[in-house]
Order: sequence, then structure tokens, then C-alpha cells
Amino acid sequence: MSAGSQSGIEDSGAVAAVSRVLLPILLALGTGALILLALGKDPLGYYGFVLQRSLLRPSGLQETFTRMAPLLLMAAGLIVAFRAGIWNLGGDGQFLLAGVISAAIAPALMGTLPGSIVLLISLAAGMLVGALWSLIPALLKAWHGVNEIITTLMMSFLGTSLANVLIKLAFRDPGTTVPQTRSLPVDARLPRLPGTTIHSGLLLALVAVLGVHWMMTRTAFGLKLQVLGANRAAALHAGVRVDRLTVLSFALSAGLIGLAGSTEVLGVWGTVRADWNPAFGMLVVPLVFLARFNGYAVIGFTLFFSALLVGSESAARRVGVPQHYVLVLVALLLLFLAVVEYLDQWRRRQQAT
Amino acid sequence: MQALLTEPFLVSLIFGAVTAGVPLLLAGLGEQMSEKAGVLNIGIEGMMLLGAYTGFLACYRSGSFWLGFAAGGIGGMAAASIPLLLCIRRGMNQIVIGIAVTVGVNGLTSLLHYVQLSREYPRLPAAPGWAIPWLSRVPVLGKGLFVHNALVYLAVLLVPLLGWLYRSTYLGLSLTAAGDHPAALDAAGVDVQRTRSIALLATGFLAGVGGAYIANVGAGLFVPFMTGGAGFIGIVLAMLARGRPLWVLAGAALFGASLSMTTALQVAGINVPTDVVQMLPFALVMMVLIFFGRNDVLPRALGVPYERGER
Repeated sequence: MSAGSQSGIEDSGAVAAVSRVLLPILLALGTGALILLALGKDPLGYYGFVLQRSLLRPSGLQETFTRMAPLLLMAAGLIVAFRAGIWNLGGDGQFLLAGVISAAIAPALMGTLPGSIVLLISLAAGMLVGALWSLIPALLKAWHGVNEIITTLMMSFLGTSLANVLIKLAFRDPGTTVPQTRSLPVDARLPRLPGTTIHSGLLLALVAVLGVHWMMTRTAFGLKLQVLGANRAAALHAGVRVDRLTVLSFALSAGLIGLAGSTEVLGVWGTVRADWNPAFGMLVVPLVFLARFNGYAVIGFTLFFSALLVGSESAARRVGVPQHYVLVLVALLLLFLAVVEYLDQWRRRQQAT
Repeated sequence: MQALLTEPFLVSLIFGAVTAGVPLLLAGLGEQMSEKAGVLNIGIEGMMLLGAYTGFLACYRSGSFWLGFAAGGIGGMAAASIPLLLCIRRGMNQIVIGIAVTVGVNGLTSLLHYVQLSREYPRLPAAPGWAIPWLSRVPVLGKGLFVHNALVYLAVLLVPLLGWLYRSTYLGLSLTAAGDHPAALDAAGVDVQRTRSIALLATGFLAGVGGAYIANVGAGLFVPFMTGGAGFIGIVLAMLARGRPLWVLAGAALFGASLSMTTALQVAGINVPTDVVQMLPFALVMMVLIFFGRNDVLPRALGVPYERGER
């Protein structure tokens, strides 16, 4: 069983493809509505509020677009890994460490170099740190075949704690009572898109997702990764340097996830507080599955998830439905996706015989 | 340093290690059984959390800790029934469904907590302890190891029991065969899917009881996300133990000790950031994997669905 083998189903027409995506969403929203009813809440009121808050109001829409940036970059990183058959589940650690390093570097260099150079260096450093944090799992997988689900999860727990240690012991701003890094002034952060509150990291993220999609489907390197994902033994027989490719795809995947952390910190927060962990991995891993590792579909799903996140955050205060209801929806989506896909295969098998 | 060697400090350190280690032991033993049978059970974190919720609620409503543990086991089995139906019976992707179970239970228990418990935050009384005669009177070790809730001793007894099950019973050998060579097991006339289902339900039960222990004995209350990665540590323990229950016990003791060290150091007023101590168990696992990690420790058909007559 490999991640890459899932992506092979792209042959049966656009209508079928859309219905395979829309059906799970509708089923999940419907089942979610039943749960809300059981809890004594008004499902239509809730969905209406989320939609209104996150997509129909200009300020909400900008918030939704801003939220898309880290999710898209993380998803781009996961597509590379999953298509190559590598289960990089350590995204949260890679994200946080990169964010902390960027948050430490940017204020320190500010003033000595032009602002745009400082931002570029900080972003690159974050990418590098993310990639480095995947090196041990990558080498263990490449040399000894050690299961990367375990090693990346372990490195993620380690990275989350290490990020806190760095904030508290190395990069702490002496001027604040709560441990956090020195804050980057608002006008020194990633430039905003003209006339909006959306930072330019969103453009970077869109380019990354589309670039990854293009690389995986249109280049020799991408093809090698797909072969690796579909069948490791076959890749070895075909003369692919499996060990080198494993390390490379790990580094690319974790580097993009690191970039997600850096843009979120440099674009939105300007600082990292101790114990800050948005845990985006819990949402983005399912999201990438739902999109079947397809870059275009990822953009659509990320918009959907970002809107849900932004809307549910204020719904928690206004409608009295906790924000974690989103997790229930995500799980339902995954379950219905799997069921719909299974039924689809079963139907095709019936037709074939 | 002298503060570290006082009797109260050592007792609380050892006692805490057992309290933190027992859920890991149960999760590790459960996951080991799933993996032996060829099911990579990523959803175990969700099974523990659902067990923590149902276990807490049953214990709080009935006042009985045993009913609480039983309800926790049932909750875990309920969560396990999803991958049972979708992965074992229908051959769907075990990692996708496993993540769905964990994410879904996290969301669902948060919702239920909000609706049922968030107004009064009920707490349980301290769990009854059972002092083992003679042994509990040994200095330091006695108060640390031998005055726990009776479930702790049962969990430890499970270790030799499972070792015997895997070595010398028909069911145990069938489990191993279901993970290593399901087609051979099928040829021998044993139902592979049924064998794997039994393993998964047992895993759900053990994980659920472990979750109930975290809520009822460890914390005395239920809060969202409270299992905090215990299930994932269970997966690690199972992988490192290479099929041997005794190694799961050793690993759970080690992890329990380093988790307990975090709180014990704080109590003793030692000024080390807790984050440094929290890194210890995970750093240890990585070291072990770097030096001893090899390919041949997992069942060959791990994660591969089995369908009769497919080849």
C-alpha cells in the first residue's frame, strides 16, 4: 500500500470526478447537520453564519484568503511526499521550527540589510530548517527502510518541544513577560497585496502548489517520484536511485512545510509565542487525501477548509458551536470519501465482469 | 541535587511513572496485537480518547471505577469498529481511515464535552488504591510501585498472558500468520478477516481502557484532547518491541519515567524548562531507531488488506 497508487484514478471523465468530490462533501455536511440537531443547535443557522462570516463579507473573505497561505504551502509539501509514497506526518514540528527560526532571524537582521533581503533570507532559513528536520527520518528510510510514519511523528513531537526551548532559552525577547521572540514591526513583515490585508505569502503558496503539481505530472523528476510511490521495487529495477530520491523528496516536502511556517510568522504574527501550535497538520493531511494529491483540487479544498476555519472561530463565540466541530466535519469527509471511492470501484468491477 | 534524593521525591517520581506508563502499556500491547495481525492501526489515538470520554462519563454517573474502565473499553471498541468495517472488511486505506478516526473522535469528544461537561467541570474522587501486602511496605519502592489501582496490576499481568497467547495458542499463532502470510492462513482454513477483526477489537478495548485510566485515575476529569499523543507513543512502543510484550512493558516504563520526571522536577523546584524534559522520551526513541532500526521488524503484510482468492 503506497500513497502514490491512489493517484492513478484520473480517467473517468470530469463529471464523475466532480461528483466523487461533491458527494462526500454533501454527505459530510448533511451528517454534520444531524449532529448539530442532536446537540440542539440550528444547522442551517450555523452553516449560514459560517458562509456569511468567511466568504460573503469582505473582511472575512480576506481573512479566509490569508488563512489559505500556510495551508496551501503545507499541502504542496505533502503532495510531494505522498505522491512519492512517503508518509511525512511530521509537518507540525517542521512548521514550528521553521517559524521560530524565521522569527529569530528577521528582527536580528532588520536594519543591517534592506527589508526585502531580510525577508528572503528569513524565508530561506525557514525552508532549510524544515528540510533539515526531515533528514534523520529520510536517511533512516533510505538506508534501513525504517518506517517514516513513526520517525516523522517522533521528530514532530521533538520539534514542537525544541521550538519552545529555543523561544525560552535562546531567542526570548527580554522586554515581555510571556516568553516570545522579538516582534517584527508590522511594516517590516511580508508586504500585503494592494488594497487588502492579505499578505503576499498567498501568491508564494499558489505558485508553490501549481509548481509542485506541474513538477509531479510534467517533469522527469516528478515521474521518478511517482514511480517510487507506486512501486519501490520497480523503481529500483528501473535504475532509479531510490535512496537519493527518498532523501530529496523528504527535503523538498519538509522544506515547503517549513516555508509555510515562515510565511505564517513573517506575514501574520511577526513573532512566535511559547506553546503556540496551530496544528495545521491535522487538517492538511486529510485535505490532501480528499484532493487525491491533485494540485488544483488542493486549492479548492484549501479555500473550503480556510472558510470553515475562519467561520467556525467566530461561530464558537456567536452561535455556541465549538470550533472543534470542524474536526468532526473533516473526519466525516474522509470517511465518506473512502466509502464513495469504494462504491465507485465496486461498481466498475461489476461492469467489467 | 540533594532535593532529588529525598524519599518523597523518589516516591512521587516512581508513582507518577507508573500512572503515566500504564496507559502507554495498554496502548502498546493493543497496537502490537493489531500489527501482528497485519493492521496498522493509526486510529488508536482516537480509540483511547473515546475510551477516556465514555469511561469518565460511566465512572462519574455510576461512581464505580470498574464500570468506568469497562465503559472505556467499550468506547474504544466502538471507535475500532469503523476501521474494522471499512479497512478489514472492505479493504480501504488504513492510514486514511485511521487519521479520520483520530480527527473525528477529537472533534466529537470536544463537542460532547462542551455540551455535557463544560458548565460544571465535574471531577472524580481519587481512585481507590490497592496496597499489595508485604511488598507495599518496602521503603520507597513500596509506596511508588505497590499501592496503585488494581487495574495497574492487571495490565502488568497481561504481559506474560499475551506472551503465552502468541507463543502457545492457536489464536495467537493465527494472529501472527494473519500479519505475515495471510494467504497461508486462509489455505489452512482460518478466516483471515475474522482473525484480524478479533485483533482490532481487542486493540480498541485495551486502548479504551487505557484512555479511561488517563481520565479517571490519572486526571480525575475529562478535557478535550487529553490523551495528547499517548496512542502515537503506543504505536512506537509496538514497533520497537518487535512483537514481544515484555519489550512493550520496558518501553512503557521508560516513557512513563521520563513523563513523570517532568512533573517531579517541577515539584522539586529544579529550574529546567519542562520542554527539555519532554523531549527526552522522543529523543530516546530516535536514538534507538538510529542504532537498531532495521527493516525486518514488521509483519510482511502490515497494512495490506486481504481479500479471499485475489491471487
